[in-house]
Amino acid sequence: MSAPPPLLEVRDLGVTFPARRGRPPVRAVDGVSFDIAPGQTLGLVGESGSGKTTTGRAILQLQPVSAGTVRLLGRDLTSLPAAELRAMRRHMQFVLQNPYSSLHPRMTVAQILAEPLRIHATVPRAAVDERVAELMTLVGLDPAMTRRYPHEFSGGQRQRIVIARALAVNPDFVVCDEPVSALDVRTQAQIVDLLQSLQAKLRLSLLFIAHDLAVVRAVAHRVAVMYGGRIVELGDAAQVYDTPAHPYTRNLLDAVPVPDPARQRARLAEATVDPDFRGREADTGACVFGIDHAATGTAPWHEIAPGHFVSCRFWPRGVTPARG
Amino acid sequence: MVAIGAAMLALLLLVVVAGPSIAPFNAAKTSANSLAGPDATHWLGTDSIGRDLLSRLIVGGRGTLTITFVAVALALAAGLVLGLVSGYVGGKVDLVIMRLLDVVFAFPVFLLAIAVVAALGPTIRNLIITIAIVYTPTLARVVRGPVLSVKRWDHVEAARSVGVGEFRIAVVHVLPLVISPILVQTSLTLANTIFTVTALSFLGLGPPPPDPNWGSMLAEARQFMELAPLTVIGPAVAIVFASLTFIVLANGLREVLDVGNR
Repeated sequence: MSAPPPLLEVRDLGVTFPARRGRPPVRAVDGVSFDIAPGQTLGLVGESGSGKTTTGRAILQLQPVSAGTVRLLGRDLTSLPAAELRAMRRHMQFVLQNPYSSLHPRMTVAQILAEPLRIHATVPRAAVDERVAELMTLVGLDPAMTRRYPHEFSGGQRQRIVIARALAVNPDFVVCDEPVSALDVRTQAQIVDLLQSLQAKLRLSLLFIAHDLAVVRAVAHRVAVMYGGRIVELGDAAQVYDTPAHPYTRNLLDAVPVPDPARQRARLAEATVDPDFRGREADTGACVFGIDHAATGTAPWHEIAPGHFVSCRFWPRGVTPARG
Repeated sequence: MVAIGAAMLALLLLVVVAGPSIAPFNAAKTSANSLAGPDATHWLGTDSIGRDLLSRLIVGGRGTLTITFVAVALALAAGLVLGLVSGYVGGKVDLVIMRLLDVVFAFPVFLLAIAVVAALGPTIRNLIITIAIVYTPTLARVVRGPVLSVKRWDHVEAARSVGVGEFRIAVVHVLPLVISPILVQTSLTLANTIFTVTALSFLGLGPPPPDPNWGSMLAEARQFMELAPLTVIGPAVAIVFASLTFIVLANGLREVLDVGNR
């Protein structure tokens, strides 16, 4: 079986924030690699501060990248001159977390949606208004509302506008950074539905960043779990959710509350104190899988099932992978 | 507040625009009737060489206010450009621009103004340039501050991710959102500038006679203060009124635009 060539290839991506006042530099993202195939969604989960958002911003070149490459449609974005990068932005778009702050408060919806169209000249000038109306319909908004300002819309409607702006230039790839976490639950479901139907209709590839595991399970084909700036587990959604291999992934999944008070109470009673995942960071000697990466020159990365990868980093002391 | 300020401003603008055509007499025409008190013909009386005070006040106000408006407009333009570039580009550019403005800022306003006017000569043009230079740093700083914050807002990042160029981001996505504090500061600068212009004219560094202006009128009248107090009170009240206009306007704008609730 030969997979289609990936739309996006991220290799050894690293982002380092410079040293500040006596503190050492922070490696916010370190050695992150993954592919996204056309029309597929990769869910990126992890706790706050694990580097999810920074990864998304680094892929979009909104954040200086200190190591690695990001290839979109075969072109390395990290080495593109500014003008070509701007032209490439037609293929990659961004949906930000907070729909209340990601729209220019003094521009009408029509102006907001027309801006990318004019910049990339994807439609003739005369057809801009028509395309704006089409986008409004696409995201389920009334095209008659384009002359209003963002503050006249609800959070869910604003997020639809943000999505419409991202889709204006027919991108191939969209980074959705916590696209629903600022919305109420009912609206969340509507926005998730919208994203899924748009993905099917437009054959979009999505990088879906979220801390809500249930949402990610619903939308993602593959899932990457981040911790401490690294990906600790990567696999198909079913593999990661049903047979989590890394102790951090298991811990994360166990933290999801169960909607049954009795069972939840029982689970809390037997829950252990958070293991210290930072505990073992040895660069030499055998890892938990019994391989000395420093000696063999291999990445600390193990394929435990076809397409299911686990890092041997951040394993708490005394925890070993299940055999078989 | 804004309504009162706007009404006062309208009166000032009327003086600037209509000027000589609403003045009852030719402001430069002398007569034998000197230092007269107010009467039906000369509402505010006459000065030491028999010129109509009200007419001189109106025509002089036109001069003073025109200098003020033009100078502040120049300072605002320079302040906007420097502040926006400094705040938006940041880094070394910011450092260089801000340190250069600090040099200007370090001089007391009058010392600098007197030095420049003395060096270049007391003409209207030089007075305008001087005042524009003196007030540019204040306005540039008021622009730079909010730019530093707004440039990190989400919608700016969204614009960048869409592919909007940096120049357009700065002008379209940042500048319109920092306008409120700039309006307030501009209004306050106008109030200060009125004082600066009249004070320099009072010291003889303003536009040369015979063009009347409030500062030089005050200086001339000072000698006859005891004989004819109105000759001093007239321009003095006019100066205070004009300054007050912009202070009231600034306060009103601050309320309306709600610049922070600190």
